[in-house]
Amino acid sequence: MTITKHSGKRNILTAAMAASLMLGAGAVQAEGKLSIYHWFEYIPQDLLDKFSAEHDIEVTMDTFDSNESMLASLKAGKLGSYDVSVPGDYMVEIMRNDGLLDSFDSSELANFGNIEEKWVDVDFDPGRKHSIPYQWGSTSFSVNRDVFDGNIRTTSLLFDPPESLEGKINMLDSQGEVMALASMHLGISQCTTDRAELESLFSLLLAAKPKWASFNSDGAKDVLVSGDAAVGMIWNGFGAKARAEGANIEYSYPDEGYVVWMDNVVLLKDAPNRANALKFMDFLLVPENIAAVTNFAQYTAGVKGVSDLLDAELKASPEANPPADAPAGTFVQACGEETQVFYDKIWTALKK
Amino acid sequence: MSSVGERIKSYPGFGVLAAVCLVLLYAPLLIVMIYSFNESPSITRWGGFSLTWYVDVFTGSESSKFKVAAWNSISIALMATIGATTIATAAAIGMTRSGYWRGKSLSFALINLPIMVPEIVTAVATLIFFSAIGFKTGYLSILLAHIVFCIPFAYLPIAARLQGISSSYEEAAIDLYASRWQAFRYVLLPILLPGVVSGALLAFIVSLDDFLITNFVKGAGVETLPTAIFGAVKQGIKPNIMAISTLMLLVSVLFVTVSWWIGRVGDKSSVVASK
Amino acid sequence: MAGGTLQNTGVDGAAFAGLRHRLLFPSWLTIGVLLVIPVLLMLVYSFLTKEFRGGVVWEFSLAAYDQFFFDRGLFGDEPVKIEWTYINIFIRSIVQASLATVFCLLIGFPTAYYIATRPASSRAIWLFMITVPYWVNLLIRTVSMKFLIRDTGPLNHWLMQAGLISEPFHIINTNIAVQLGLFYSYLPFMVLPIYAAVERFDFALVEAAHDLYANRWTTLRRILIPVVRPGVIAGCILVFVPSLGAFLAPDLLGGAKNFMIGSLIEEQFRGSAGNWPFGAAASMILLSLVLLVLMYYARSESRRP
Repeated sequence: MTITKHSGKRNILTAAMAASLMLGAGAVQAEGKLSIYHWFEYIPQDLLDKFSAEHDIEVTMDTFDSNESMLASLKAGKLGSYDVSVPGDYMVEIMRNDGLLDSFDSSELANFGNIEEKWVDVDFDPGRKHSIPYQWGSTSFSVNRDVFDGNIRTTSLLFDPPESLEGKINMLDSQGEVMALASMHLGISQCTTDRAELESLFSLLLAAKPKWASFNSDGAKDVLVSGDAAVGMIWNGFGAKARAEGANIEYSYPDEGYVVWMDNVVLLKDAPNRANALKFMDFLLVPENIAAVTNFAQYTAGVKGVSDLLDAELKASPEANPPADAPAGTFVQACGEETQVFYDKIWTALKK
Repeated sequence: MSSVGERIKSYPGFGVLAAVCLVLLYAPLLIVMIYSFNESPSITRWGGFSLTWYVDVFTGSESSKFKVAAWNSISIALMATIGATTIATAAAIGMTRSGYWRGKSLSFALINLPIMVPEIVTAVATLIFFSAIGFKTGYLSILLAHIVFCIPFAYLPIAARLQGISSSYEEAAIDLYASRWQAFRYVLLPILLPGVVSGALLAFIVSLDDFLITNFVKGAGVETLPTAIFGAVKQGIKPNIMAISTLMLLVSVLFVTVSWWIGRVGDKSSVVASK
Repeated sequence: MAGGTLQNTGVDGAAFAGLRHRLLFPSWLTIGVLLVIPVLLMLVYSFLTKEFRGGVVWEFSLAAYDQFFFDRGLFGDEPVKIEWTYINIFIRSIVQASLATVFCLLIGFPTAYYIATRPASSRAIWLFMITVPYWVNLLIRTVSMKFLIRDTGPLNHWLMQAGLISEPFHIINTNIAVQLGLFYSYLPFMVLPIYAAVERFDFALVEAAHDLYANRWTTLRRILIPVVRPGVIAGCILVFVPSLGAFLAPDLLGGAKNFMIGSLIEEQFRGSAGNWPFGAAASMILLSLVLLVLMYYARSESRRP
């Protein structure tokens, strides 16, 4: 009895020592590493494996579900532990202004010239000193055609829905995009500081809130597929995936307008593996590689020479091809502190 | 006890309610277990029995992520258990074998503070602390946080067991010129061992289970199984998640069984107190 | 915290009294540095100025508590009113936690009593059956509940197939789902301490009462319940306290719209709000509530004959 007890204890100790040794070994191995902070379900594992194999770099990835939560975690002490992240357009501008980004010279990226001209000199990062294009697309909503067969090209389905859709609407948990779409619905400018306009925005959202079922970004596809939501605010490629998984849904390009966005791979300040981060960015500017992302995520790349490499199905997808008479989409703006304070108050009231 | 005694002890309906209680506790778990064997990738329609999703857990596209997470969970739980159990054993002896002194109840409150402070508060406070002192969050920050909240879980069964052991044993040893260390090592510890193992098992499983605190203090690229599962669940409950959940469930059952068995072999009261 | 097992009985030996500081120091140090100091720091943070989009500025400010309790309108220039948004979240959390406690007690007390009065052999099996879910990962238990009750989940599927309902029973993303989740999460916490108390109960008292012509319900009310009260109170606290700060149940089952305190705090650090001082203030208010409950418990325990 005593012997078994002792050996049991010794086993635990041995296991613990083995554990700490192996951890130590892991730390020694850390020569080629890359730490990515990325959106959920936005890059195929095969592509990461390919990058690892080509450059002999061990890749780790954490995921986030909104631009705002990514910013919050970076500010809460995660800066300095990731090399690259993938913020949306307006968030690049915020991060740049807050000094969270490192800059690089276009000569440091061999494939810099592959970026499509229209995406080189963008407002949120003029001349591309901190970021490269990843994917771009639109944000509006998909509607389940089994439940609703009326006109879907109006943002009223989100903000002033017919009774049959009440309680069956999922909103993205993304402040910037919800505020921008609501502003378009009202026909007011984004980031308005006008008191009457802010009040109308507030009362619109407050009235719509009881008619919404949930705020869910990472589950936005799932709730449409499972039928838990009949109308789901969603990104176009994610909507295409939901449709591919069997939901009888149609993506809307509303007449009031919709959000367009571009996600960008940024070089973070204090990146522990800056050189590897640049290798990764260069890797994503190779048409073949970024096309793999596009085929996976079903958005649109910002790199030349991708279109020939895309799946035929994606090229014809209604989510990726707005109808001819649809208005142009609008980028979300980074609001100043003055407006942001109101937005935060409205947002809290929505989610309380 | 007499049959009259049995009859007046029982209340009509209590047995039914106890059965209801078991059904409520087990139904969701059993359903997840059943659906983890579902052939169909749809999570609601039944497509026949299959082990596909278990294969997927170990070989699928997400398997490497889950393997790393499982390894992190297990290594953190092991080290946190050893740290917390050592600290708790020392503390339990210091509390129960030191007679009366001023500040004893304060010390008792301090040791048990981690189970009294709501988890979300501990999580936030630890995050603020690490961020304020510039401590980089990562594997080590998770480990430290786990050691703290495991201490009371290890302490309670050990202290309960110690209270059940008469102090005359180690006092006799000391009277026979054993040093205090010898008295502890050769007299007290062998009797105490069931309590220590029981406490260690509780600490281990509490560490393995923790989601909230880990989620706040984990650093770049470090996931434990619960945080990895939470991340996956946010995107919808997929069958491979049910397979992983079933596996984790079996691990928990295994641990409870072992802990319970040791408790029965050792002192029954120490197990009751640990719950 | 189960019953009286943690009380120091005063009959302990003192063989290691001289080593007491050395034995206790590691636990004091670990918990002191990694929990007490962080909580104090959080208290300090709740009185700092928030930095735009996350972080703090080291300048004294009451803004966090002001935001919690007072409403100055969307533009900050209206007459001051009580701000109900956050108070309501706290009230909702307290109501949800209290309801969960009551429901757990209603099912948990009879269960614990029933188990404690089984013969020793079957009692062990019952106890084991209750203990297993207690140690199954809370996240997994919450996820199972989510899976079970969703609109297109097995529960609705079976109920509809059985012809009991024609429309799916909509539970997910409602307060009812959160309540169900809390109840389910913490039910074993109620059963175990009550069981421990009933098991120690001397049933000779019941027989005595019976001999004095007391019926079963009178015996239950007048004799059993007063004696096992500490176990009942311990169970209630073990359900109420974690329910109050629960995060998983409201987040996964409430659809992030039925906010409870836990989600409100998380949002300040993780979500778009990014208001650290406010999150710290909300945490302090939650902690004070919990400490009040525990102090009430300690007082009622010490007054116990």
